[in-house]
Amino acid sequence: MLQQSSLTMKNVAIAGEEIESQKSRGSNADRIFRIVTASFAGAVLVILLIMVYEMVMQSVPSITKFHWDFLTKSSWDAVQGEFGALPFLYGSVVSSALAILVATPLSVGTALFITEIAPKSVGNITASLIELLAAIPSVIYGLWGVLVMAPWLQKTVQPWLVDHFGSTPFFSGAPYGVSMMAGVLILAIMIVPIITSISREVLLAVPQSQREAAIALGATKWEMIRMAVLPYGRSGVFGGVILGLGRAIGETMAVTMVIGNTPQISLSLLAPAYTMPSVIANEFAEATSNLHSSALMEVGLLLLIVTLIINVFARLLIWKVTKGAKGGGV
Amino acid sequence: MQGMTVRHIKNHAARAIMLIATLILLTPLCLIFFHLLKMGFSSLSLDFFTQIPKPTGESGGGMANGIFGSSLLILFASLLGLPIGVLGAVYLTEFNGGRFATTIRFSADVLAGVPSIITGMVAYSLLVLPMKGFSALAGAVALSLIMIPIVLRTTEEQLKMVPGTLREASLALGVPLWRTSLKVILVSARKGVITGILLAVARIAGESAPLLFTALGNQFWSRNLTEPIAALPLQIFSFAIAPYEEWHRLAWAGALVLVVTMFTLNLGARLIGRRS
Repeated sequence: MLQQSSLTMKNVAIAGEEIESQKSRGSNADRIFRIVTASFAGAVLVILLIMVYEMVMQSVPSITKFHWDFLTKSSWDAVQGEFGALPFLYGSVVSSALAILVATPLSVGTALFITEIAPKSVGNITASLIELLAAIPSVIYGLWGVLVMAPWLQKTVQPWLVDHFGSTPFFSGAPYGVSMMAGVLILAIMIVPIITSISREVLLAVPQSQREAAIALGATKWEMIRMAVLPYGRSGVFGGVILGLGRAIGETMAVTMVIGNTPQISLSLLAPAYTMPSVIANEFAEATSNLHSSALMEVGLLLLIVTLIINVFARLLIWKVTKGAKGGGV
Repeated sequence: MQGMTVRHIKNHAARAIMLIATLILLTPLCLIFFHLLKMGFSSLSLDFFTQIPKPTGESGGGMANGIFGSSLLILFASLLGLPIGVLGAVYLTEFNGGRFATTIRFSADVLAGVPSIITGMVAYSLLVLPMKGFSALAGAVALSLIMIPIVLRTTEEQLKMVPGTLREASLALGVPLWRTSLKVILVSARKGVITGILLAVARIAGESAPLLFTALGNQFWSRNLTEPIAALPLQIFSFAIAPYEEWHRLAWAGALVLVVTMFTLNLGARLIGRRS
């Protein structure tokens, strides 16, 4: 640190010498500097506005043709020019919601294990392993999902489910492997690192005095967690879950590879399904008509709106919780 | 005494459940690594790095064009995205406060949450439609859109950590603000800034969704920015969903190469970050 700052002081000195010759231009140069950097910063806002503008403009043909039918009809036929996005909305909502249901208890349990129970070294190792999981690209989850997980589901898990619960609508039909179930599981695996690391951060922000007070009153570890830690971190953990939901809704490659890509609405978890990002990924490059690509753009626009709302909501929640303790950083 | 026992049983049960949750959560992680290493190493050969994909039915071949294409895409995405991200962050630290800076921060956070496939659609309508064709350039633009908010926010975090006394010392010596920010503040924070850049590069190196309808992919070599170009993640995708055993092996090899590259970038970023 000392070496670092002495090095920087040397930079200061060099910069100071260089400047002697151009003192008079100083304020002008500063003005230019401000304008240049401001325009680079402003580019971020411009990009966001252009993004929304382009998505809206490209969707106009589809919006004017189908109006609200786009959200309520479930026929998706490029040949007939009939486009209703309901199966994709259904697929996205159901797969993301179920993935959240699977991932949240596991993630919060793990975050509690890391922060409250495990010895520091074990907790740190677990935390960094889970961070590794976050660095793996989506396409590799998809590869593993389609070549390892889906065949396993098809041969082992799904036949068992059909045998025992086949009479319920949730597990009816033939075991294909690639299915809503495979999509849910791969999504759950992918959002676990997000929820876990945010929960961990939020739990670490719970003041130590809360824990000590509970212990001092004679509480067991679990009572301390239930009465002192969890109530304090609840809304932050909830923010992490919402952020995970945003990730799940927008997730493309892995889901496309395992969910079966069939535009149908089926209660059965064994049936193939389709999500909003998946239909874009599969059809956009080969869209057959202007209306077709416009309809896909409108699917993209819906996706954009949903993720924007989710992200803003989650950021506000997390910001509210971690503000006092650590100044954000999530 | 009886109450104590029940409470302790509950306590132990809760601890056990948390441990089990952790183990369940780590199982797929271990399985993914296990298969990646097993399938990847058994499929990897020198050909992978020197050959392009063979036509359907022929064995052998590699993903050399994908590795080259990905490098080119990352290079151009960085050329486009880094100046905006880094200089935008300089603005946010130097001219902090104000509604404009807050708006930019908020936009960056929102942009970072946009699904990557949407950035691909936007790059498509901005570049592929007017240029009447899929191109490496459109792919690079799509990737840079993902990179900008990440670099902006991480760089800003790092610049904020430079002690204010350094800035004051420099300004007191008569150094103008622009030279202070670029030669003193930015240089002092360079390790942290490079860490952020490496993490952003690692992130875009694995992206495939935004490239689907911009760079498109290519079975052959391409050096031309205005033509479709191969990318490693795209090749992994199309080979994984193809019904050929031989292609699956190539996909595993590609996945191993990609993951090793990304972990190296992440590790490098952390090592550099730790030293600062």
